[in-house]
Parts: sequence; C-alpha cells; structure tokens
Amino acid sequence: MAAKQTEWSAFSDVIAAAAAVVLLVIGLAIAGLTKEPVMAFHGLLFAAGAVLAGIGILWTFGHHNDQPLVGADTTSDGTHYQDGPIKVATLAALFWGLAGFLVGDILAWQLAIPALNFDLPWISFGRLRPLHTSAVIFAFGGNVLLATSFYVVQRTCHARLAGRWSPWFVVWGYQLFIAIAGTGYLLGVTQGKEYAEPEWYADLWLTIVWVVYLLVFLGTLIRRKEPHIYVANWFYLAFIVTVAMLHLVNNATIPVSLVGSKSYIVYAGVQDAMTQWWYGHNAVGFFLTAGFLGIMYYFIPKRVERPVYSYRLSIVHFWTLIFLYIWAGPHHLHYTALPEWAQTLGMAFSIMLWMPSWGGMINGLMTLAGAWDKLRTDPVVRLLVVSVAFYGMSTFEGPLMSIKAVNSLSHYTDWTIGHVHSGALGWVAMVSFGAIYCLVPWLWNRKGLYSLKLVEWHFWISTIGILLYITAMWVSGITQGLMWRAYDKLGFLQYSFIETVEAMKPYYVIRAIGGLLFVAGSLIMIYNVWRTIRGDAMQDAEDQPRVAAAPALRLQPVIQVK
Amino acid sequence: MSHERFERNSFILLIGILIVVSIGGLVQIAPLFWVDSTIEKVKGMRPYTPLEQAGRDIYVREGCYGCHSQMIRTLRDEVERYGHYSLAAESMYDHPFQWGSKRTGPDLARVGGRYSDQWHADHFNNPRALVPESIMPGYPWLNATPLVSGNIADRLKTLRIVGVPYTDDMIAKADTDLKAQIDPDSRPAREMLARYPKAKVLRYERTAGAAVTELDALIAYMQILGQMVDFATFDAAGPNLR
Repeated sequence: MAAKQTEWSAFSDVIAAAAAVVLLVIGLAIAGLTKEPVMAFHGLLFAAGAVLAGIGILWTFGHHNDQPLVGADTTSDGTHYQDGPIKVATLAALFWGLAGFLVGDILAWQLAIPALNFDLPWISFGRLRPLHTSAVIFAFGGNVLLATSFYVVQRTCHARLAGRWSPWFVVWGYQLFIAIAGTGYLLGVTQGKEYAEPEWYADLWLTIVWVVYLLVFLGTLIRRKEPHIYVANWFYLAFIVTVAMLHLVNNATIPVSLVGSKSYIVYAGVQDAMTQWWYGHNAVGFFLTAGFLGIMYYFIPKRVERPVYSYRLSIVHFWTLIFLYIWAGPHHLHYTALPEWAQTLGMAFSIMLWMPSWGGMINGLMTLAGAWDKLRTDPVVRLLVVSVAFYGMSTFEGPLMSIKAVNSLSHYTDWTIGHVHSGALGWVAMVSFGAIYCLVPWLWNRKGLYSLKLVEWHFWISTIGILLYITAMWVSGITQGLMWRAYDKLGFLQYSFIETVEAMKPYYVIRAIGGLLFVAGSLIMIYNVWRTIRGDAMQDAEDQPRVAAAPALRLQPVIQVK
Repeated sequence: MSHERFERNSFILLIGILIVVSIGGLVQIAPLFWVDSTIEKVKGMRPYTPLEQAGRDIYVREGCYGCHSQMIRTLRDEVERYGHYSLAAESMYDHPFQWGSKRTGPDLARVGGRYSDQWHADHFNNPRALVPESIMPGYPWLNATPLVSGNIADRLKTLRIVGVPYTDDMIAKADTDLKAQIDPDSRPAREMLARYPKAKVLRYERTAGAAVTELDALIAYMQILGQMVDFATFDAAGPNLR
C-alpha cells in the first residue's frame, strides 16, 4: 500500500514537472516570436511561472509522503488535510484585497480631482478601472473562494483534497492569471468587455486552471466519507461550473495572431450586449453570490455553533436562486436596442429573484437563533451577520432598480455604482473578512486571533466607510438622473451635461473618503493577521470564543449537569 | 423525487445544476441570432475604414467605455439631448459592442460630425482647456504616438471571420486606405471614400508630419459615430419595427 502510494506520488511529480516544461517552452516561444513588447513580457511571465513551479516540484521530489504538504488537521481516517494551498490563497486574498481597494480609492480621487490622472497612459482612469474591478472581484474574491472552498470541502467531506499537485496548480496558476491580466490592463491589453477584460491567452490559461479547480473539487466530493454533500458545497459547485460556462461563452474570440495580444470577440452589437450582460450579471450571481453563500452556510453555523436555521429553506434557496439568477442579465439593457421581450423577461426574473435572495438571508440570520448575544460579544460574528444584512439590502435594491421605470432614472448614474458597492463592500468583503478571521487561527494552529479588539476597529471603520460611500452615491446618482431629465418652463432641457458633472464633485469627495476608511480597515486586518500568524501572545484571550482556536487546541464545551 | 438523490451523488448534483443554469441563457440569447427583427434592415451600415477600426481599437484599449455610453435609450430627454435613439443595426459590426453602462461623460453614439477635428485634437490633448469643469483624463500622448498599423490587414481579416463584410479589395488596400484618411483631397482618399462612403478625411493642424498617429485614428472613429444611418430616410414605423 505504502509502496503503491510512493509510486503514485513519483508519477504525479513527473507529470507536474513535464507540464512545467511545456509551459516554459510555450512562454519562451511567445516571447521570442512576438513583435509586441507586452506579449514578450507576458511570454516571459509564463516562463518565469514555469521555472518557479519546476523548482517547487524538484524541491519536494523524493519526499514521497504527505509530510511537506501537511496542515494542522486530520481527516476521519487519520490522513492529513491539505492546507498548504489554502494558506497561500488566504495570504493572496489579503494582498490583492489591499491592492484592489487602494486602486479603487485612487480612482475615486481621480474623479474628484482629474489632475491625478497625471496625463500618463498607465494610470489613467480608463486603464485603472478594470484593474480595480478585476482585482477586487477576481483576485480578492477569487482567492477567498479558493481558500474557503478548499477548506470547507475537506472538512465537510472528511476527505483530503484530490490530487497531489493539482490544488497547488489551481492556487498558483490563478495568481499567474491575475498577474497577466492586471499588468495587461496597465499596458493597454483588454477585450473591452466589462469584467471580462483579459485577452484571449489569459482567458485560455484561466480555462485550464478552472477545469483543474472543478476536478479537484469534484474529486474531493467523490472521496467523501459523509453520505450527504453539505449545502455549502452545493453552492461552491454551482459557482464553479456556472462560472466555467459563462467564461467560455462570453469570451469566444478570434486572435489576430497567435503571438499577438489583440483578438476580436465573435459576437457583435446587440448579441454581444446580451451575451455580455448574461455573463456580467451572473459574475455577480455566481461568483459574488453563490460562492459567498457557500461561505455563509459554513462559517456562520461554525462560528456561532448552531445548526443552519432551516434545511428545507436551504434546498429551496439553492435551486430557485441558481435558476432565476441566470435570467436577470437584460435588466442592464433597459430601453436600449435589445428587443423588448428580452428586457421584459429580464425585469420579471430580476423581481422574482428577490424571494430566494431573502430566503437565503433569513436562513443565514436565523441561524443565530438562541445565540444573538454573540453579535455583541464577538466582532467576527458581527462581520458575518452584518454582511448578510447588507446582502439583504442590496438584493432588495437590485430588483427595485431592475424595474424599467426606476431603471430609466438610475441607469448610467452613480446609483448603480453605489448599489454594486453595497453588495461588494457590505456583503462580499465583510463576509470574506469574517471568514478570514476564522480561518487564520484554524490554519496556522493558533489559539485565537492576536486581537479581537482590532477586529472591532476594523468592523467599525469599514462600516462607516461603506455608509459614506453608498449614501454619497445614492445622492449623486439620483441627483444626476433627475438633472438629465429636468425641463425648464419653456420645455427645453434645463441642464447641459457638464452642469450635471459639476454637481457631482462634493459627493465624489465624500465617496473617496469613505473608500479611504475602507482601505484603512483592511490595513488593520493585515496587521492583525500578521501578528496572529507570527504567533504573538493574544491580547484578549479571555474575550475570544472557544471556536476562535484551531480545532486541535479548542476547549471542549462544558456540559452543565444540574 | 427526493432531494436525497442530489445530496448523495455529486454527478447527479452537477448535472442538475448544469440543466438549471442553462435554461435562462438559452431562452434569452439564442433567439437573438435567428429572429430577423432583432436587427433592423437599414441603409448605410458599412464596415469601419481601416483608420476608424484602428481608432476603435484604441477606444477599447483606453477603457473609454468605463465612462461613455454609446447607446441612446428610447427616452424623451435622451433623444432631445443626443439625437435619434440608437438602433441595433448601428452596432451590427461592432466587435465587441461598446454600449457602456455608465455616463460619467456624455453618450457618444452620435458624437460624429458634432465637433471639428481640431476640437477633438485639442480636447484629447487637454479636456480642461476647452471644458474647464471636465473631469476627463488628458490624452496628450496619443498625438505623440505613431499608430502601430503593420497588422491592419490581419485585423480586418479577423473581423471578416467573425462576420464583418470586408471585401478582398478592402483588405488588399487596407494599408493605403489607412494612410489616405489623413491626406485630404488626394486620389487615394477619393478611392477610399468610394469604398467607405461617409468616411471623414481628417483636416486639422497635424503636428506629426506624415506619420499616422493614434490621435488621428481615434478622431476618425469619433467622427463616424452615429453617421452611417441616414435618419432622414429611416422609417421607424416601417416593416422592420420590432
């Protein structure tokens, strides 16, 4: 048995090394053959990634057991969980999160003070904006999803991650994708489709990474020792397969040259618009919602030590959410050249979507039944629960804005930006922070966080930041929408466009200050996590709940016998 | 059927998810490719000239769609502010579409012909020189950057693969047509105009000499936006009205 295991490990090492060599050759070939400096740079990035991967593989060659890759925890049959890739993804989430928030705030200041574009191509608003959106959605959010999904699927299946190198490939391959996409934006490489800006070669690379991700996840589910697949994993699985489908269809493109960066999307005009917003809205629906609901269904019950409120509700929530979400795209195209029937379908399904969204919110919030006091005593619980409250708010606002009459006012204005950020900062980021605060002591085998007090600070600073942000955007969006359609007494349009731009200035400053607070909050988190990982003495050990500690170090609950 | 089945078998769960998430997209996207009334039959739509297409590629590269829409909605104030509402036909050769989703700046669907070439050149160089309250970034480097156009014929060929009706003649003359568009009153410019009606041969104080710049390309693109369809003869109540 052990010999077989050793043989198998050696075989997978050889396959992994061969894959690294293939990638190295492709990267060097691109770098050598292209006429574009950007493409040469990206070819070299691929090659550098391959070299680093090769070094990593050779380093562990000969270690034919799990020892170099073990985590803190063991499965029910005594083998170790594979936590190394999860640690990398957690740290990557912190890094990209800070970068993404910071770029976002720079953009906010650029809108208030245009001189901050400095007349330079690489940092002008148009190029930085996709860097911000991709960094927060795919780099920060994506790494949180990789980390939590790999953690949750192992623990709820009592099985080690499938594959010896595959989980490492998924995590590091994903970082390479981010580096290529992000540097591409700054150097002017983009497909020009919102949230799908990476060019064809970055898309191809992501496809490979994503298929391996699906195989690792599915392989771990198949290995499970538990008869049932836990609800969080349904959401993760739906997120992984649907994002694969969206990515493949929306990015169908023909490159001008195999050693050039430029490509043309196969769809045009109205069909491209519909495909894009089918993709774009479901990047929200499946990347930023289904995946993060997986986090909610694991981390809230774990942290408050209560079962999920309703099993039946979670079944209804899951199937209705994934069925309805996919129809909502056309609400981004109201009153445009998209056929009326498609707009009406999009609006109808967006309104219906309110129900499963609130079903999920109720299921998350009511999990606290009997443990509401934890909201007061544990700021990590507060982050998780307030995130669900923001989820409820923005999933009410979304259906409202999808109504055509409301949309005629809100579309093209900052109201949309505010709505996105109440979801992205309030829901996605807050639930991610909560999950990271849970994960770090669990993964690094600590008795708790360095400081719960600092979590408290993080919570309040980012909450104030979010409130400043979204209220400023409500006011600016509705103001501008009303100004665009205002008529004077003689029946002429009352305001020129530039007058409506001028009116936005104070709100842009308030928004930028809100964003700055949010960045400050994330710095506090990074400091706290760093001190925790270093193993520094806990500042408030007596205030921390027993679940803050890694499973092996946890105090067992005291059973009171009267 | 009991839900147990989905919870106990990861393949059944996977297939169930795939079916459930496929329906909406199939119903909403697929018909757009075969229902004829989706795109109106209008006169005047043609592929972009090589210089316009190169300019469009720069528009995409600089992420202009982050702040400018190219889609006038069927609302009274928009039609009065920007002109006739946008038709699906007007973006039928746009790969990718650039309808946008935010108007930090104004809609550009019909900006063509509204300002002179010189105005655009000055405005790209420093927007606040012309519009003091503007918050648009300056793009002074466009005028200083020669247009990389060595692969323009390849680009048009790729666009032909995805459905833009470039003829062999257009592709063969791509390079001369591109240069002709900054050379007013010349024979190549007249030939280019025969292939691409309504194209605007640029006339402004160019500082770059003979070399075609990125600024030239972007202005050529700006000037054709909304110009191809003649709305004097377009009948919204005609047979193609959805």
